[in-house]
Amino acid sequence: MIMSGNRHNIKLNINGTVHDVEVDARRTLVDTLRDKCGLTGTHIGCEHGVCGACTVLVDGVPVRSCLMFAVQAEDKKIRTVEGLADEGRFSLIQQAFHDYHALQCGFCTPGMLMLATWLVEREAAVADEELREVIASNLCRCTGYQNILRAVRAVLDGENP
Amino acid sequence: MKPVPFKYTQASTWKDAVSLLGEYGEDAKLLAGGQTLVPAMNFRLARPNALIDLNTISNSAYTKTTDTHICIGGLARHIQFDVPLTDGPLREFLPRVSRHIAHVPIRMRGTFAGSLAHADPASEWCALIVSLDGTIVAEGSFGEREIEAKEFFVSALTTSLTNNEVIREVRLPLLDEGWFCGFQEFSRRAGDFALAIVIAHLKINQGVIEAARICIGGVGVVPFRAASAESELVGHSPNSGIFTRAGEAASILADPIEDPHATGSYRCDLVKTLVPRALSEASTLAGLKI
Amino acid sequence: MSVIGQPLKRLEDRDLLLGEGQFAADYTFSDQLYMRVVRSTIAHGILRGIDVSEAKRLGGVVEVWTGKDIGHLPPIDFRLHKLQNLPLCRQHVLAQDKVRYVGDPVAVVFAEDPYVAEDAADLVYVEVDPLEPIMDATRPPGEFAPGVSTEPAVVEKSYGDVEAALDEAAHVFEFEFHVGRHTGNALETRGANVFYNAELDRLEFFGAAKVPHFNRAAIAEMLGLNREQIQLFEGHVGGGFGVRGELYPEDVLCSYAALQMKRPVKWIEDRFENLMAANHSREQVFRLRVGVDKTGFILGLENEFFTSQGAYIRTHGATVTDLAAAMLPGPYLVPSYRTQGRVRLTNKTPCGTYRSPGRYESTFARERLLDLIANRLDLDPIEVRRRNFIMSNLMPYSRGIVNHGTPLVYDSGDYALLLDKILDRIAYEDLQKTLEERRVAGEMVGLGAAYFVEKSGLGPYDDVRIEMDRDARIEIITGVASIGQGVETVMAQICADGLGVDYETIRVTHGQTDRIERGMGAFASRVTVMTGSAVAEAAAKLRERLVGTAAERLQLPASELSISDGNITANGDREGPSIPVVDAVSATLDEVGGDVLSVETTFEATHMTYPYGVHIAIVKVDPATAGVEIERYIVAYDIGKSVNPMLVEGQIAGGMAQGIGGALYEEFLYSDEGQPLSATFADYLWPTAKEVPDVETLVTEDAPSGTNPLGLKGAGEGGINASGAAIASAVGHAIGDPEAITRLPISPLRLHEIIKNLRSE
Repeated sequence: MIMSGNRHNIKLNINGTVHDVEVDARRTLVDTLRDKCGLTGTHIGCEHGVCGACTVLVDGVPVRSCLMFAVQAEDKKIRTVEGLADEGRFSLIQQAFHDYHALQCGFCTPGMLMLATWLVEREAAVADEELREVIASNLCRCTGYQNILRAVRAVLDGENP
Repeated sequence: MKPVPFKYTQASTWKDAVSLLGEYGEDAKLLAGGQTLVPAMNFRLARPNALIDLNTISNSAYTKTTDTHICIGGLARHIQFDVPLTDGPLREFLPRVSRHIAHVPIRMRGTFAGSLAHADPASEWCALIVSLDGTIVAEGSFGEREIEAKEFFVSALTTSLTNNEVIREVRLPLLDEGWFCGFQEFSRRAGDFALAIVIAHLKINQGVIEAARICIGGVGVVPFRAASAESELVGHSPNSGIFTRAGEAASILADPIEDPHATGSYRCDLVKTLVPRALSEASTLAGLKI
Repeated sequence: MSVIGQPLKRLEDRDLLLGEGQFAADYTFSDQLYMRVVRSTIAHGILRGIDVSEAKRLGGVVEVWTGKDIGHLPPIDFRLHKLQNLPLCRQHVLAQDKVRYVGDPVAVVFAEDPYVAEDAADLVYVEVDPLEPIMDATRPPGEFAPGVSTEPAVVEKSYGDVEAALDEAAHVFEFEFHVGRHTGNALETRGANVFYNAELDRLEFFGAAKVPHFNRAAIAEMLGLNREQIQLFEGHVGGGFGVRGELYPEDVLCSYAALQMKRPVKWIEDRFENLMAANHSREQVFRLRVGVDKTGFILGLENEFFTSQGAYIRTHGATVTDLAAAMLPGPYLVPSYRTQGRVRLTNKTPCGTYRSPGRYESTFARERLLDLIANRLDLDPIEVRRRNFIMSNLMPYSRGIVNHGTPLVYDSGDYALLLDKILDRIAYEDLQKTLEERRVAGEMVGLGAAYFVEKSGLGPYDDVRIEMDRDARIEIITGVASIGQGVETVMAQICADGLGVDYETIRVTHGQTDRIERGMGAFASRVTVMTGSAVAEAAAKLRERLVGTAAERLQLPASELSISDGNITANGDREGPSIPVVDAVSATLDEVGGDVLSVETTFEATHMTYPYGVHIAIVKVDPATAGVEIERYIVAYDIGKSVNPMLVEGQIAGGMAQGIGGALYEEFLYSDEGQPLSATFADYLWPTAKEVPDVETLVTEDAPSGTNPLGLKGAGEGGINASGAAIASAVGHAIGDPEAITRLPISPLRLHEIIKNLRSE
């Protein structure tokens, strides 16, 4: 990190690509992803850590990117919704969201997908209660959650719908 | 909802953090998990001139269990408590408490020590450390000092830490075999701040309560031990009658806060009913049916 | 097989799942300015002065305006329901002489960076002499402005002789019910990106939603432009629910700024603003007087109710009050009825519609009323409902009053049949027995049922154009909008059904004012009914053209031809004579000229259509904490004809979750001084996956609508309509007092008091 005043030149590793960006110390990770790296798939819903629309994976775990400053994310591996598909082919969790109608307006979807991606990649058994607890981390205003739970459950169970 | 400008620096050691605090003065803030501080900054309720990032201090996120304590590094995250860290009564208990703290992504970043330093009245960890008579190890410009949990919480969002001190470790005494723990809290939704928290530890020998600790969080400005409730219990065999009396005794001690979600009297009533539940839970773990 | 009625996967999903959506905040223009609104922190007061000098001096700040700078702009006008003195109470885009709620825009800052814009907004100093705020709509009215009452309108409707009915009634009961202030705030906050296109000499507004055509006309009028000088473009919209997409001060400010400064201007609302600046809704108090005979049959109903409208009358005018007044009697005969809806201004955020506006509230009041009548007369609440239903042989049934500007005529319905079906489905008698056993064993469990009639398909018209090019690619151009509900899939399904093509090959265009001259937009569960009907007619027209050409070529009567898999064949016989659709369209175009075969239709409707349903909630109350857990939730809904059952069920599940919010969690509370106490997501509580149960649905098609060719009724609002009513009923049942719950939301704090009082009695 090179800094002059409050400005910092940092390298962000996002979905395997390194982005060189100049940011103010105060610029949040989500604003940096969106405004400096052109990755607008990660959404801003509340900027106080409640809604989860901005959830991304940092070093493999889900975090609120509105509660982290970009300068804190240097040298970490960041994954966003743009990195899920493989050359346009849906990941399992994306496919399940499509199959189970787990999205309506789609605004919570990137955050939900990243949260769910973490959950299914852990490769640990997940009871229904825990699944609900994890999905309760993020807010959705359209679906009533049940199809999101079904979609994630299907992937956890290795179902091919 | 964007923070005011600030200077960002990274601490490489605890001593470094302390000297940076000295350098930037009292408007500087320490950044640990940031899960409370950053929302406050986004609302511009917190306007630090500088942030001193503690996340860059190496070997600071440990938890290690000795014969007598769990030692928690200043940067240990909540999520580390979702799994058992020790044998004995706290084995299942700490994960039970931890899972009530916000949600997974918040627990991934938020730290145990940061919760104590923030001293929100509704913090589970603040109530826990008071219930266990834990110790806070602070690093300051004059070196290290240990602060007893009961001396640590001064008021809502206020601790006995000075402006240039930082929590480098927290020590939770282990409970011997023979102790049984109960935890109850009530919040509007899963993961919300609790309107009341009750932590109860009972030492039960041959069906008789030998010692009791009851700690109430989320009700007063700081978590408090309900001594009169504890003394209702000692020497008795667990039964719903004394549990109810303990609940009443604890609720009398409460000097409740008020907010739009709960009046003071509602909080006291919650204490009255959650204390017996926490006690029943502990007794059930002891194999006793209440 | 018809593709109407199939649970087909959505066309909308792909971009959204890949993170390639284009939401309002996702637009970027080079050289754009960021707008930040300075808002009043005082609920009511005289605006003495605003000091912007320090803000203007901050580096990166380009301009700061106060109300004086734009005083020539007119206030924002109504889209619906102008009434009486309402125009006197409209909102200026920046406060002129008074501030009237915390959140009222008083100044606006333009800067090169959003962070700097917020820094500058902090440096705008607003001087206000505080006045006493009016916080309670049931208190006597005060003055909005000199000589203008804070009760600018009263909505009155009546039929029959209520006095006589109440006189002859065996019993007359009076009840008061309160519905809390909450709203449909979407996960995406509001936003606008306005760009002055010098080449075309027009403003281009990106991030429009819900009613782009209306807003285009309104902005043009306010800024003194003609319509061609402004175009609105809808991208993805992160939820609407009635709130998003109405014309707000910020939309006009952004447009005016782009025009004045000739630079792109971007405004993205933050959540703190969103919770105090975007429309609130609900907050009504009902005072009911009902006369019944011995059997519980309602003879007459009188209703005076109060809408806490907030500080100004925004675009919806008196819509919510009007709908509540018209829809209160619901599925019941109610031979005589008189209602007075008092629109009262209060020093809170202005209100508009929220999913099932006026029905969530009036259904709560009505269904509580039915439960209470049953309780007073010691009758079964289900039986009381049956006795009061409008019988199916009376359909279509005219109430003789006006609803939302159209005559209130229930087009079709068999209310008793749906009730029977759902009670049968859940084995109602056994279920009640089980619950009774649990109550005897000490659990606080209860079942609540609530019946509702929805309204949908508001006209008066919708235009659709279907275009087919020489490669037989189809585009449907509509004047509606998508707010996330699946418009594209549904329109493509209806079109595919009419044309015999694969729905996935059809492109659906909506919300682009430069593509179609007029359009009504997406509200009032109107899209599937109105636009869907227009698409069906247009598809039929296009089919006729193609088949006509094929008939000539094949020398066969058109009546024997059908389209499938891209071919026009004789009675679906693939071996027989056929002509590819591509050839038919080319041949048609060769005749008429051009490269696009275009058909246009307008579907008109003077009446709305009325779906109906039942909500059943089973809840468990923790007597110690007064927390409510919903164990089961069931929705039965007759929507005439379901185009895509998967989407219909999605609408029901999502509506129910929002309804649970309003019933148990969400409420905008204020201090006595008018300070909002629920302006964060830690205080304004959306239900999470932990609070929302899976909904069990029964969607029936027993009563297709006669108002449109497919028999459609709208499905968007039935999932929320009766949720407050059903949950309240269930909680009352659980705590052993069917009359106890008279106010939503049933917060644990309130329920705790109720249980405590019950126990001390």
